[in-house]
Amino acid sequence: MASILSLKEAVAEFVHDGDTVALEGFTHLIPFAAGHEIIRQKRRNLTLIRLTPDLIYDQMIGMGCASKMIFSWGGNPGVGSIHRFRDAVENEWPCPLEIEEHEHAGMAAAFSAGASNLPFGILRGYAGTELAEHTRVKFIDCPFTGERLAALPALRPDVAIIHAQKADRKGNVWLWGVLGVQKEAVLAAKRAIVTVEEIVDELDAPMNSVILPHWVLTAVCEAPGGAFPSYALGYYPRDNAFYKQWDAISKDRATFLAWMERHVLGTRDVAGFRRSLEEV
Amino acid sequence: MAASSYTSDEMMTIAAARLIRNGNSCFVGIGLPSAAANLARLTHAPDAVLIYESGTIGTKPNVLPLSIGDSELAETADAVVSLVEIFSYWLMGGRINLGFLGAAQIDRFGNLNSTVIGPYGKPKTRLPGAGGAPAIAASCGEVLVTLRHNPRAFVSKLDFVTTMGHGDGGDSREKLRFPGKGPTAVISDLGILTPNPRTKELILTSVHAGVTVEQAAAATGWPLKIASEVQTTPPPSEKELAVLRDLQERTARAHAGQA
Repeated sequence: MASILSLKEAVAEFVHDGDTVALEGFTHLIPFAAGHEIIRQKRRNLTLIRLTPDLIYDQMIGMGCASKMIFSWGGNPGVGSIHRFRDAVENEWPCPLEIEEHEHAGMAAAFSAGASNLPFGILRGYAGTELAEHTRVKFIDCPFTGERLAALPALRPDVAIIHAQKADRKGNVWLWGVLGVQKEAVLAAKRAIVTVEEIVDELDAPMNSVILPHWVLTAVCEAPGGAFPSYALGYYPRDNAFYKQWDAISKDRATFLAWMERHVLGTRDVAGFRRSLEEV
Repeated sequence: MAASSYTSDEMMTIAAARLIRNGNSCFVGIGLPSAAANLARLTHAPDAVLIYESGTIGTKPNVLPLSIGDSELAETADAVVSLVEIFSYWLMGGRINLGFLGAAQIDRFGNLNSTVIGPYGKPKTRLPGAGGAPAIAASCGEVLVTLRHNPRAFVSKLDFVTTMGHGDGGDSREKLRFPGKGPTAVISDLGILTPNPRTKELILTSVHAGVTVEQAAAATGWPLKIASEVQTTPPPSEKELAVLRDLQERTARAHAGQA
């Protein structure tokens, strides 16, 4: 049963040091506000899961929140590297970061297995690549055809965190557009926190819409603008210019730390974060 | 009519676009593949179905996306499906004719590296990783690869095999029961390489106008096999170049401001 909480309360209560946490989002609806709150509350030793770790995981890694990352593509899309991630892997700064890497299809199958309460997901994949030697994958023979298939252990995060467009006052959540693996991540996780653009009286969603019922969620938090600088379809566009600027901000450790100090640690919520960016 | 002045990147994008047939369903990676696929759609292949791994099927973006899931892709798509669905029902399901990939390194059998430069445990350069590439290369009917030609990219041994092209050559793909044919062409800024039908080793079959066979061989980190009759890629036409530049100008304008 979802509680309607402030984001600050939800992170304090449901995200613990040492947790395995999936802040999912596939270029759309990325839960930046929740990531910033985790940084403000100085969570440590997290295992971060996400197919496409981009700027928010770069920030969490650079601020020392993570000791491990499970992922399949880590970059700033269309721009280049995520430098804090690279610095952690290449130079162990600010702390060592263990990695377990996959291909997208494998992560999708592993989340799907987690949501289905199955022990593993299967796919045609990993064969012929060196990924198989460096990650958690095994090969099994199909009991019917003998075809050799890759098996991935199910992903079962302690907490899944996603951002969505709307919730109603009971905490039923509606999201649309590019959906990534958000639904699977929520249903695979022990606890789920959803930030939303707005809480309304009635969702009035058309039949077959992607709805996450309140009783599979732990907390729903109103956080308008909470996906910025990624986008929320129907609310605001992706700030591509910011993604390009991040390259310069994050390249250098001191510049990165000063930026985080001013815009994240020095602010209390999304509104404060956005105001601080306008003052630059 | 051939254009008089163009860059080697423009030639590469246009040569790649020409290999997309009208009506193909095409799984598109971000960057050069995305530019080439959209150029094809805006010129000779208006019915090409472009699919991005964000789950956007039949998308018709007016500007090139910066990320693989830009709203432009979702809002102009015939259908938007979840990630689990795009990789299972559509890609693994065998619905896609053509995959279109880039990479940091390629070897003589069309295997690709997008993971690390240097040793895996202590990389000199940590790259983004696999993303959808291994599944795209395994399951699409065939694969086009595009990357710039130099000895650091065209290497005798990959630092890491992220994506299998033709493995060790020969029947490597059949042994693993990969459904797709694997890489059928590699388009660089110097020319086009295609695999020998039997050994699967890449052979230089075409050099772009103004490029010599010797230049392409010198930019390749292994002893490059040369076709007995090397073609010359026709230079960009005025129309191809105008459509590509128009698309890139629109894109630059859109990405400079708040998109």
